[in-house]
Amino acid sequence: MATTSVAVLETPLVLGLLRRADDALVLAHRLSEWCGHAPVLEEDIALPNIALDLLGTARALYEYAAEVEAGAHVPPRAPVLDEDALAFLRDDRQYRNALITERPNGDFAHTIARQFLFSALADPAWRALMQSADARLAAIAAKAEKESAYHLRHSAEWLIRLGDGTELSHARAQAAVDALWPYTGEMFEADDAERALIDTGITPDPAGLRPVFDRTVDSVFAEATLTRPADGWMHSGGRIGRHSEHLGPMLAEMQILPRTFPGATW
Amino acid sequence: MSRQLTPLWEVFIRSRNGLAHKHVGSLHAADATMALQAARDVYTRRGEGLSIWVVPSTAIVASDPVDKDMLFEPTGTKIYRHPSFYEVPEDVGHM
Repeated sequence: MATTSVAVLETPLVLGLLRRADDALVLAHRLSEWCGHAPVLEEDIALPNIALDLLGTARALYEYAAEVEAGAHVPPRAPVLDEDALAFLRDDRQYRNALITERPNGDFAHTIARQFLFSALADPAWRALMQSADARLAAIAAKAEKESAYHLRHSAEWLIRLGDGTELSHARAQAAVDALWPYTGEMFEADDAERALIDTGITPDPAGLRPVFDRTVDSVFAEATLTRPADGWMHSGGRIGRHSEHLGPMLAEMQILPRTFPGATW
Repeated sequence: MSRQLTPLWEVFIRSRNGLAHKHVGSLHAADATMALQAARDVYTRRGEGLSIWVVPSTAIVASDPVDKDMLFEPTGTKIYRHPSFYEVPEDVGHM
């Protein structure tokens, strides 16, 4: 493992793109862990389908982030980074994903609850980003929104059936929601870098998306007969690279091949 | 047990240029909504379809293979039923 990590000049736009790309890539990798292990064939295909959607979004965002990063240097330089470098040659402290995306899959209810809570914000966020002052980001959003709308519907329908299913499935769904709820606060954070993007009309203010998120969560929880946990203490840190112990091992598995054999193709 | 909770559904897809829904396979799902989603995920991954039908497999009434001779054998000698005994005028074009 002689390959060193790359340095990234994180302007607000680069950071904003990386945060969204890392969300998508990390969640895609988690979902791909179900491939060949899902409880039924139908979900064995459905979950990797979602993973592939997210992977595509991550690639588009990384590609754009690499271009923006190159232009941010003084003087501007030709892109040294690319999507592969950003995905495979950054360590966990350089990853900017929200902590909820790196949570382990747990049981099927955990995976579904994680997807639902993530998509309940990601979907309206992509819809808002279609109006971004940044045309490239707006174009990426237009594609991602169609996919995230399906991710939300798929996970919501499952959560309703798990919550309003058997005694056991209800208990597991409620336990999953309770465990993941303290990770929802971070998704609405906006630090100075994000605020700079909001002020220039590049990204939407997440506070403005809160009512949509609340409506989605409340209506699905009601149908699922699940109790919405109280908003107590919330986890934080993923956006600035302070991650849980779960991200490192995931990245090690994801990165070992390109780091061991740089430039390998197959 | 799990199979009773998730009954079998038959999936029909209408392709981009097809006029009719065609049977493409089957899947297990808890109800109609989940069956449609599963059908989308399992059978339209390569842009195959514009419309999906799902039908409970139990709703399908099938002919008995034992009756095969009685039902289908009599048509074997009625070649005049094939529309191959007349010329299509050229003005008709492609039929």
